[in-house]
Amino acid sequence: MLAIRRLAPMLWLGPAVALIGVVVLWPVVVMVQSSFQQIGGEGFVAGYNGTTNYDNLFHEPDFVSVLLRTLVWVVVIVGVTMLISLGLAQLFHQKFPGRRVTRWALIIPWAASVLMTALIFKWALDPNVGVINVILHHIGVVKQLGSDQADWLGNPTSALIWMMGVAVFVSLPFTTYALLSGLQGIPGDVYEAASIDGATSWRSYLGVTLPLLRPAILVATLINVINVFNSFPIIWEMTRGGPGYETSTSTIYMIDLKESDVGQAAAMSVFNFLLVIVIVLVYLSTTRWKEQVAR
Amino acid sequence: MITTTKPAPPLPATARSAPRSRRTLRTWVIAIAAYVIAVIFLLPYLEMLFMALRPNSELGLATILPKHWTFSNFTTLWSSGLGGSIGTSLEIAAGATVIVLLVSMPAAYCTARRRFRGRTGFLLLVLATQMFQPAAMLVGIQREFTNFGLPPTMSLIIVNAGFNLAFAVWILNAYFSSIPAELEEAAMVDGMGRVGALLRITLPLAAPGIVTALIFTFIAAWNEFLVALTLSLGEGTSQQPLTVAINNYIGEYSVDWGHLFAAGLVATVPVIILFAFIEGRVVSGLTAGAVK
Repeated sequence: MLAIRRLAPMLWLGPAVALIGVVVLWPVVVMVQSSFQQIGGEGFVAGYNGTTNYDNLFHEPDFVSVLLRTLVWVVVIVGVTMLISLGLAQLFHQKFPGRRVTRWALIIPWAASVLMTALIFKWALDPNVGVINVILHHIGVVKQLGSDQADWLGNPTSALIWMMGVAVFVSLPFTTYALLSGLQGIPGDVYEAASIDGATSWRSYLGVTLPLLRPAILVATLINVINVFNSFPIIWEMTRGGPGYETSTSTIYMIDLKESDVGQAAAMSVFNFLLVIVIVLVYLSTTRWKEQVAR
Repeated sequence: MITTTKPAPPLPATARSAPRSRRTLRTWVIAIAAYVIAVIFLLPYLEMLFMALRPNSELGLATILPKHWTFSNFTTLWSSGLGGSIGTSLEIAAGATVIVLLVSMPAAYCTARRRFRGRTGFLLLVLATQMFQPAAMLVGIQREFTNFGLPPTMSLIIVNAGFNLAFAVWILNAYFSSIPAELEEAAMVDGMGRVGALLRITLPLAAPGIVTALIFTFIAAWNEFLVALTLSLGEGTSQQPLTVAINNYIGEYSVDWGHLFAAGLVATVPVIILFAFIEGRVVSGLTAGAVK
């Protein structure tokens, strides 16, 4: 009877564990195994080849630059997103007529598929007829349509800046909402106390709001880092990581490798995977996660 | 007496009305800033609508708005098998949602009600699935599900269910935890039995959480692109999910922008409306795991 009571939770949790096992854990095992195999384009396994895939990967001429670009990609997008969202959250936390409707507009990039947003911007940046270029031409920023200057996505630097902009744009709604729910959790009397102490609104923001918002900021940053690191549709649709690999992040690079060498792509995946774990652990330890978040 | 009291009322009135008018001015500045930002968030999707309504003959015209408007992109959409794609996407999204609810409800209920060995381990496992996205393990997913030999639609249902399980477990766990166990016990004393108490007391009270989990999973599976692209490669367009079908309008040398954006609107508008229903509750599902 006691044994049955002990086993009962397994019945309730069993299906969930099985699903996670099949969809999340087993692919990791297959991935690690594949990274030590020589696999042809059709998925035919020629046998184990030790660490050859890793050796080849680390000697790829683009490997280091792709990693550095991934670092810049994640840090810039998450940093800019957090800063803008702090402002947006403060704004949408105020009471004003029509707040509900404006919040609905805010969620659109979140609800829509990132694929569609990326395609809209790809079109809007078309050098000849894209609407962003047409507007920039009207106000005199773009001298001539169809010129190299209008070909934003053809130049690696300007392409990366535009794509980072799109990535920030689609990250803003979730981040703003996460910070908004953090703001709603701050009791009003904290501000009264601060204003009695004579704190100005900016000082009370820095001294009261930001510290109390810290748990929300930590969680939102973490989720954004993971999303942005794994981001696929934006770069894939707008530049395919090109020219060459000059606008590829490690996720795009891995997917491109998969076309030619599955084993090496698996090695890249394992490397990305470890990278995410290290980033998360470093982030959790430097922010002293437990003390901050555990109320 | 009358002469002394008469001028008195204006004084406090002006003293009070000065900060009030400053407050209304501040409110309007905030409101206008918020309206401008809302329009900025809306503009890219309005452009999608303008592009869908632009005649193909005007695709090469460098104008902000089309000169003529046409619905032909929407009416000719269906001949390319888009109806089949919508059906496939519906199948995948609905299938994944049903599996997520069937699997997450018992798990969330059990972890909310009981303390047992392995509970923390299970919750950590769920959190880990939230940290790792399909893109990170695409090679593994592709090789595993190719080996299974299931039809792509079936594989996509399972993959989408697995990666959206965490959200449902967190939000349902929060709702079940907030319902006092005494309520169920009282219902059982009244002769409802355990199942009756669950069905008639617990589930209705947790309904907002269930609806949120349902809509969120549906939207996530509906919008998913990378795994769909990988697993449905080589299928006919009508067998491919909507996101992949939309991607197919991008040809090697030219892009069928009119149809692409018309199909994009068909794919996007319903999920925006659905999302508006759960807008206020989504954040707790996404962040609860990391906070616990």
